[in-house]
Amino acid sequence: MLDWLIEPGLFANHSVDNALAVGAVVAVVSAVVGIFTVLRGQSFAGHALTDVATAGGAGAFLAGVAPLAGFIGGGVVGAAAMDVIGVQRVKGRDIATGVVLGAAMGLAALFLYLSTTHSSATGTTQLILFGSIFTVQSSTLPEVFVLSVAVLVVVAIIGRPLLLSSVSTELAFAKGVRLRAVGFVFMVVLAVSVGLSAIVIGSILSTALLIGPPASALKVVGRFGTGVAVAMALGVGATVLGVVLAYDSFYWFPSHRGLPVSFFVVVAVVVEFAVASALQRWRHSRTPTRPRVANAGDPIGWH
Amino acid sequence: MSDERRIAGGGELLRVEDVDVAIEGREILSHVNFRVDQGEFTGLIGANGSGKTTLFRVILGLQTVARGRVTVRGEALQRLNRSIGYVPQKVLFDPDMPIRSRDLVALGIDGNRLGFKRRTRADHQAVEEMLHAVDAQSFADRRVGGLSGGEQQRVLIAHALVSRPELLLLDEPLANLDPGSVQEIIGLLHQVARQQHVAIFLSAHEMNPLLSVMDRVVYIANARVASGTTDEVVRPDVLSALYGHHVDVLRVHGRVMVVVGEESGQSFTAASHPELVVE
Repeated sequence: MLDWLIEPGLFANHSVDNALAVGAVVAVVSAVVGIFTVLRGQSFAGHALTDVATAGGAGAFLAGVAPLAGFIGGGVVGAAAMDVIGVQRVKGRDIATGVVLGAAMGLAALFLYLSTTHSSATGTTQLILFGSIFTVQSSTLPEVFVLSVAVLVVVAIIGRPLLLSSVSTELAFAKGVRLRAVGFVFMVVLAVSVGLSAIVIGSILSTALLIGPPASALKVVGRFGTGVAVAMALGVGATVLGVVLAYDSFYWFPSHRGLPVSFFVVVAVVVEFAVASALQRWRHSRTPTRPRVANAGDPIGWH
Repeated sequence: MSDERRIAGGGELLRVEDVDVAIEGREILSHVNFRVDQGEFTGLIGANGSGKTTLFRVILGLQTVARGRVTVRGEALQRLNRSIGYVPQKVLFDPDMPIRSRDLVALGIDGNRLGFKRRTRADHQAVEEMLHAVDAQSFADRRVGGLSGGEQQRVLIAHALVSRPELLLLDEPLANLDPGSVQEIIGLLHQVARQQHVAIFLSAHEMNPLLSVMDRVVYIANARVASGTTDEVVRPDVLSALYGHHVDVLRVHGRVMVVVGEESGQSFTAASHPELVVE
């Protein structure tokens, strides 16, 4: 029945199996971390971490270390830098993010330049920026799974205070939540999650997997738990579809040159988002809602 | 001032003794003394910028005092005392946030707890009872961001009360509400204070809607406070002493109007302190 989609030999191919397993696990982690990122309004910070991960990945390649270590190491250092500059304060957030983002891109440019000019590895830029899920080594799988489980466990532990502080910092503060600590732990978790998705669709595009499925889910669900489940389904769906289509694309052209996985994943994420937006608009047109209230001041000085 | 006499309710719950607070060299509170008794309804009345929020921060243990002390049941205050619930001023919710009223109330039980523990039957029951107590069942499954100001205020009160505090602080909960919602929320708080035996300490810049329910008033002006029943406090002599210059108190049709002149004693226009004047 799915013969048109599944080309011969798809599931017999070892690198496809690896790609599907890694892609699905990383999509689940990205969905869980991403939903909090969207609720907290930290999508820009998440994107800056992808740039730091780029620098880390490029540096790792240059130093002959595994890219995953570079992606994650870079991201964690970036998260710490943003915390020091002041990502916790509403006004400091954009500045901290912008400063770190700029510095990271500069470093990434340097590392990628050195990698491509001083060694024969011409595919480095492509690999670091846009991912290479088909080249993920079987030996990397345990690392990916352990880190994924670790991220999910940490999110479960800080889940309730994180959710309350995402809903309202004032209420969380009044309940005794340590906003700064919870915020920092979340930034580290975000950095690890970005590093994981960098090996699937590349560091530059990991924002797509992080923000896309949760943002689509939040447009169509009414409950937080359902939102997490829908975001996971959308993320896994987009990733699996991306892997399958990328494999198929090898047979599309007489030249037998396949298209990159990242391209198909991002297209699927964007299509999901467009459908969710249309669904939301259709619902809104049927049930009128109250006007929105703009965010006002911070009278008690929580920040 | 005339704070010696017990008015209603049980024993003393909160005592603020001789508290001074200065922020960046500016005196915000000076020689502040008052008490809140169990199960009572106390209003903290003062103009905008008179130090009401600072006083709440002192009671919550978030603001250090230059002098004096605050005790809860006779014991020195700790940061974020479990027996004190708090509803902050101007909590704004994103309309797209997928948090229903009942989710927010449930976070009042476990929103500060680390670790993932499934909510028990008792937790769900507590949430249900609290939604009932604030008459929020009809919108329990709607997103808080889509509710009206009065409805959100009910959910916030339930969120603060579900952990069973003995004292509930509310910072300007009536600001930005339409007159109908103001009466509803006041009636609700009055009822909650009686039924759940919670002391209510509520700040407002406008005392008239509260006259019928306040057991006690803490009037704040000029960095100092006067406290007691409204009859004891809202008088020309008491308020003149508080402000340090002449103040008139007019009572018209059961409403109170405090007319504060300038220190020169020349201009007696109510417009100079519009927030202390009613209609």
